[in-house]
Amino acid sequence: MRKKKTLLLLVSLLLVVALFGTVLTGCSGSKQSSNNNATQEKKPILIGGVAPVTGPAATYGKSTKQGYEMALEEWNAKGGVLGRQVKMIFEDDKADPTEAANAFSKLINENHVVAIVGSVTSSCSLAGAPIAQRNKVPMITPTSTNPKVTEQGDYIFRACFIDPFQGTVAAKFVYNNLKARKVGVIYDIGQDYNTGLAEFFKKEFEKLGGQIVAYEGYPDGTTDFNTQLTKILDNKPDVIYSPNYYNDDGLIAKQARSLGFNGPIVGGDGWDSPDLVKIGGDAVNNCYFTNHFSKDSKSPIVQSFVKKYEDKYGEAPDALAALGYDAMNIMLTAIQNAGSTDGEAIKNALMNIDYQGVTGHIKFDKDRNPIKSAVIIKIENGKQVYVTTINP
Amino acid sequence: MNGIFNLQQIINGIQIGSIYALISIGYTLVYGIIKLINFAHGDFYMVGAYAAYFAVMFSVARKEHPNVIIVLIISMTAGAIVAFLSNRIAYKPLRYKPRLSALITAIGVSMFLEYTSSALPFIGPSFRAFPQSQLIPEKTYRIGSAVLTNYQIVNVTIAVVLMVVLTYIVQHTRMGMAMRASAQDKDAARLMGIDIEKVIDFTFIVGGALAGAAGLLTGITYPRINPYMGIIPGLKAFIAAVLGGIGSVPGAMLGSYIMGFAEVFGTAINSILGEGIAYAILILVLIFLPQGLLGKKTGEKV
Repeated sequence: MRKKKTLLLLVSLLLVVALFGTVLTGCSGSKQSSNNNATQEKKPILIGGVAPVTGPAATYGKSTKQGYEMALEEWNAKGGVLGRQVKMIFEDDKADPTEAANAFSKLINENHVVAIVGSVTSSCSLAGAPIAQRNKVPMITPTSTNPKVTEQGDYIFRACFIDPFQGTVAAKFVYNNLKARKVGVIYDIGQDYNTGLAEFFKKEFEKLGGQIVAYEGYPDGTTDFNTQLTKILDNKPDVIYSPNYYNDDGLIAKQARSLGFNGPIVGGDGWDSPDLVKIGGDAVNNCYFTNHFSKDSKSPIVQSFVKKYEDKYGEAPDALAALGYDAMNIMLTAIQNAGSTDGEAIKNALMNIDYQGVTGHIKFDKDRNPIKSAVIIKIENGKQVYVTTINP
Repeated sequence: MNGIFNLQQIINGIQIGSIYALISIGYTLVYGIIKLINFAHGDFYMVGAYAAYFAVMFSVARKEHPNVIIVLIISMTAGAIVAFLSNRIAYKPLRYKPRLSALITAIGVSMFLEYTSSALPFIGPSFRAFPQSQLIPEKTYRIGSAVLTNYQIVNVTIAVVLMVVLTYIVQHTRMGMAMRASAQDKDAARLMGIDIEKVIDFTFIVGGALAGAAGLLTGITYPRINPYMGIIPGLKAFIAAVLGGIGSVPGAMLGSYIMGFAEVFGTAINSILGEGIAYAILILVLIFLPQGLLGKKTGEKV
């Protein structure tokens, strides 16, 4: 009995010392940084970067992170921002909103970043935005298209178009260009992006006079879509609309083809991934999706970006890389324009920014969303082919 | 109403049910003998899928066409090995300790397998495309208004063959008899001279092998794998085993097909509530038949 009691006492003492120790070092850490005000100017500016480099949206995260890093390097090579080098503290949110919230909290409370660029999936941005807003840390998401993200507060911005526009673009393309009148929709009910985009598409397509013959949801993580697809195909749609992330889109296309559907499958910017063809194989040919950027664009800004990216990373950039690059550039430009790293100053600078990015001209409206064009991409023989640009 | 109770959906249900059946047999066998709900069982399935993935990629890299039977044996062996090791390392030391400890350990083994796999560089935490067409190129057949792919045929065939083999082992071999005896009464079996630990080893090996096979079949039919793929199918297979009567192998098979159909038809009726309907059915069955459909009514012996 006595041995057990002494062991318990020892362990609890150890724990107390350990806890006390971390609290002490934590306190002294912050004391040190505030005492060094004189040398503050030489210290790097810390920017938080969030993206899902692992998990179900891994290719998005990898591309976006590479976009962030390339922009950062270019600024640092030209002397940094406000005469200081910029350093990114990166967190992987694994496309999980809980991880995203933790990432944002850590970046703001532990790392004391002056701004955050991220996250990528709308559900994660929605989890992180209230934290950034509460702490008055300016945040710009490169790729989250769900409108609710910027509604979280006036410190939240985005570099891409929003889903009401994307859904409309898709609906118009399907109705006018593909001449489809009956569409079956399949979407992930567990993600804000998918659910939102499906709704916007449906609203617009029906407004144009088309008919949504089936509207099937699936739980996040499903691999077997046969049931939903069977139900959709029973209603003989001309087109299937699948506004989902690439991992699901590949399987959906495959299973739809297996069930005998040969018509076009249309999706959103979530289709943009090098893994789409790996998973979907031949099934994703004769498919279209709306996107922010096409590397085949003849614009000099795009071509110069594509070349720099290919030289640096050995692969062609997708829309997420381009948006990551633009978002980081916008944030750093705003800090430079603001003349300080104060959150409110940066926010005001962002509100007034006028930036020509790789993905288009970016100027924020009153909801902090940019008005941008969308491109339609077709997949032919496993490659992305630019079809057309649709302006707002 | 056409899209709900038609041939195509029935085919879908059979396909899903077969995969759940292979996994749930493992659950039920282990529970029958040592009364442990092995939460790590879904992860044996995941290991089998990855073993199949590497086997196929290895063949492809050597420009050889991978043989389905060999890949099947590899994934079954991988599942069996991981199951055997889990038993020896994690469960055996807790054999005569409180059951709760073993249960928590099972959860621990499950998490260990998942997170270690995602941390290993050659596996990684993200999704991978399973090389489906390199293993079996796709062919489709029409039956009336329904479409059948050769994947589904392979799926169901392998599953049924394995279930028949398993039933033969359990019913007509000495080891099978030992398994049934141990499940009925562990202490009496020991008194009869049966080496319980050997029987338990064998049970885990068999259960793990079936789970590994299920992993391969999943890779073939839904060509996308990731380290956490075993969580949900494992849970559903467990529910299927309980539904059919935990401890009963035919029960596990029956329960799995019922789960498969319930899921398919539930989703066909309303895709958002779909899975909820399947679980609602489970709850209803258990309220009226708490021992499951084919389970034995065990009263409390005073």
